[in-house]
Amino acid sequence: MDFNDAPEEAAYRAQVREWLAAYAPKRAGSQADDSLAASRAWQAKKAAAGYAAITWPKAWGGQGGNPIQQVIFSAEEARHPIPPNPFQIGLGMCVPTVMTFADDATKLRFAGPAIRGEEIWCQLFSEPAGGSDVAGARTKAVRADDGSGDWLVTGQKVWTTGAQFADFGIVICRTNPDAPKHKGLTMFWIDMRAPGVEVKPIHQMSGGSGFNEVFFTEVRVADSQRLGAVDDGWKVSLVTLMNERLAVGGSVGAGWTQFLEAAKSTPGLDGAPAIEDQALRERLADWYVQAEGLKHTRNRTMTALSRGQTPGPESSIGKVVSAIQMQELGAAAIEMLDQFGIIDDPALAPLKAGFHFSLMFGPGMRIAGGTDEILKNIIAERVLGLPGDIRLDKETAFKDLPTGR
Amino acid sequence: MNFDFSDEQKSLKSEARRFLDANCPTDRVRRVLDDPAVTHDEALWKAVAAQGWLGAAIPEQFGGLGLGHLELCAIAEELGRAVAPIPFASTVYMLAEGLMLAGDDTQKSDLLPKIAAGEVIGALATSEGPGPVSAATLQATVAGGRLNGVKLPVTDGDIAHVAIVLALEDGKPGLFLADLGHASVAREALKTLDPTRDAARLTFKDSPVGRLGAPGAGLDLLAQLLDRAAVLLAFEQCGGADRCLEMAKAYALERYAFGRVIGSYQAIKHKLADIYVKNELARSNAYYGAWALNTDAPELPVAASAARISASEAFWFASKENIQTHGGIGFTWEMDCHLYYRRSRQLSLVAGAPRLWKERLVSHLERRNAA
Repeated sequence: MDFNDAPEEAAYRAQVREWLAAYAPKRAGSQADDSLAASRAWQAKKAAAGYAAITWPKAWGGQGGNPIQQVIFSAEEARHPIPPNPFQIGLGMCVPTVMTFADDATKLRFAGPAIRGEEIWCQLFSEPAGGSDVAGARTKAVRADDGSGDWLVTGQKVWTTGAQFADFGIVICRTNPDAPKHKGLTMFWIDMRAPGVEVKPIHQMSGGSGFNEVFFTEVRVADSQRLGAVDDGWKVSLVTLMNERLAVGGSVGAGWTQFLEAAKSTPGLDGAPAIEDQALRERLADWYVQAEGLKHTRNRTMTALSRGQTPGPESSIGKVVSAIQMQELGAAAIEMLDQFGIIDDPALAPLKAGFHFSLMFGPGMRIAGGTDEILKNIIAERVLGLPGDIRLDKETAFKDLPTGR
Repeated sequence: MNFDFSDEQKSLKSEARRFLDANCPTDRVRRVLDDPAVTHDEALWKAVAAQGWLGAAIPEQFGGLGLGHLELCAIAEELGRAVAPIPFASTVYMLAEGLMLAGDDTQKSDLLPKIAAGEVIGALATSEGPGPVSAATLQATVAGGRLNGVKLPVTDGDIAHVAIVLALEDGKPGLFLADLGHASVAREALKTLDPTRDAARLTFKDSPVGRLGAPGAGLDLLAQLLDRAAVLLAFEQCGGADRCLEMAKAYALERYAFGRVIGSYQAIKHKLADIYVKNELARSNAYYGAWALNTDAPELPVAASAARISASEAFWFASKENIQTHGGIGFTWEMDCHLYYRRSRQLSLVAGAPRLWKERLVSHLERRNAA
C-alpha cells in the first residue's frame, strides 16, 4: 500500500504539471454565453497535446494511457481555473457506445471531432414516461415505406443534458411494440440538426436550464446509423449506462472546506464564531469522513483498474453519498446564516450563493444519472446478489403494458 | 499509487480467517459470553501467540516478527470479524504500541518479547469515571514513583499483567507503566456491555510505577498512542461490519414472508445497500489510516480520526440493522446478532467515543486549513 506516486506516475505528473503551467487558462471562463467557446478552445489544446482522451487507443486519437494517468491529469487540471466540460457525456458515454457498435468508417468519422471538442454529443434515453425505467421508452422508430431502409423517429426525450448545443446524440427507440419491453428497442446515432428535431430548454427548480426536452417528428435516420441489431438496443444501452455511473460520480458544489470557512466567519450562538458550535462541528466531521471515504474508494477502484480489472457496479456508491451530502450541506450552511439565509443574492450570500445552489441543485443530483433508489437497487442486486423485484413487465408485449397517465 | 494490500498481506489475511474459522467459531465466543467466571478464551490466546500475531508489528530484535502495521491491520480485521474474545487490542494496540512509541530500551527489552510470546497481557488505564478523559478531571497521582488513584473501567484490567496508566505527576499528566501483579493493586471485575471483553476497576495504593516517555507529556503521548490504536480498531470494526452484512444478506435470502424471500423487498434491499455503502467508506478510510500508520505519515492524526469515526458508524449501523433484518429471531440470545451489536459498542468506546474523535478531527482540520 503506497499513496505516493510510483516513479513513472511521478514522471507523468511532472510532465502534466509542466504542460498545464504553460497552457492552462489563467482565469475561469464565466458562466455567460462565451463559456462554450472557452470550453472548446481548452478541449482543442488538450487534444493537440494528447490529454483529451488519455485512456483511448492511439488509433482513435487517444494517448493509449492508463486510468491512473487520467486520474493524475484530472487532479492536476482541477487546480487550474478551467472552463466547464460539455464533452464528458460524449467522450465518456456516447462515443464509446458508437465505438463499440459502429463500423470503422463511422468510428473514424466521429472520434477525432469529439476528442477535439468540435462536435458535442448528447444522450437521448430518458422520456417523460420513464426516467429510471429506461426500457419503457416510447419514442418510436419505424421503417420508411419508400424502400430506402431508412427509419423515421417520432417521440419525445427529456432531461437531455447539452442538447441545446449538441451536434449528435444516441437515441433509444421502440422498434417492436409487440415484443416485451426489453426486446423491442433499437439504438441509433442521430444528427441533432436533422429536420424534425426540436430542442426546448427545461426551466429547472434551481432556476437554470442545463437540461432539455427533445422532440422528434418523423426524423429520417439511415439504417447505417443503427448501433447493434434491430430490437437489441437494450444491450447497447447497458454499455452506455455502465459508463454513465462512472462519469456522474464526481461531487458538485460546496464541500466541507467551504463549510468550514463559512463557519469561521459567521457568528453563531451568543456571537461566537459558528465553528465553535459543537453540533456543527460534528456534522462537519461526518461530511469530511464521507468525502474522504469516497476519495479513497475511488482510489481503490483506480488501483483495480490499473491492474486490468473492470470497474464493477460498486462505483454506484459515489453518487448515493455525494448527492445527498450536497443537499444536506447546502441546507445546513444556509441554516447557519439564520434569517440571513433567506437571501439568495450572489452579491450578499456567502460563496456567491454557492450553498443556495447546493440546496436547490441537490434534488436534481439525487435523481440524475440513476436515482438514489435505482442505485441502491443496483448495489443490492449486482453487488450483494439479492433477487430482483417481482416484475409485471418482462414477458408482456410492450403495447399491452399498463401506462398510467 | 497503490491502494491495496499486497498479495502476501492478502494471503496472511486468508490464513488468519481460516485459523479463526477453526479456532474461534461463535460457540467458542459464547463460552466467554455465557460464563461470568470465564474472562477470555485462554486456548485461543495461546494459539494466537503461537501464530506470532501478537508480535506481528514488533521488531525482530524485541522478539517479534517485524512485519509492519499493514500485516497487523489484516489480522485485526479478521479478529473483528470473529468477535475474538481475547485481550488482543489491550495488549497489542495499547501496551505494545505504547512501548514502541514511548518506551526506553530497558522497558522495550523487558516487555516486548514477553508480549510477543503471549506471556504478558496489557491494558490501558486512563478513564476514572463518566465522560471523556481530560486533564481537568484527572485525579490519579504519582509522587516519588508511587501511584495512587482509581481507574475504571480498564478493559482487560482483571487479567492484565502490565498497564499503561495516565496520572498527574507534579500537577502534569504523564504516562506510567504499572505492574498489576503487585500486592498494592486491587482489582475488581466489572459487569460489561460486551461480556466477551472484560473490564475492571483498578485501585492503586502507593503502587510502584515507572515513567513511560517524558514527564508531563502524558496527554500528547496518549493522543499519539490512540491514533495508532484507532486505525487498528477500525480494521476490527470493518471486519465486524462486513460480517454483519453477510449475516443479514444470508438471512434475507433464506427467510420467506408473503410468499417470497424478504431480500426481494426494496425495504430490505435498500437497508443492505446502505450498510454496504457505509462499510465501503469505512474500509477506504481505514486503508488510508493504515498507510499513514505504516509510514508514520504526518497525516496520521487526521487519517486515524476519519478511520475511527467512519468505522464506528459503519459497525454500529451494520450491527443494529442486521438485528432488524433478522426480525424477532435476531432479538434472541441464541442468535449471534447481539454479539456484534455489543462488540460494536465496545470497540467504539474503548479508545474514546466518536464524539471525541469528531472534535479532534475538526480541530486538526481547522489548524490545517489555517496553515
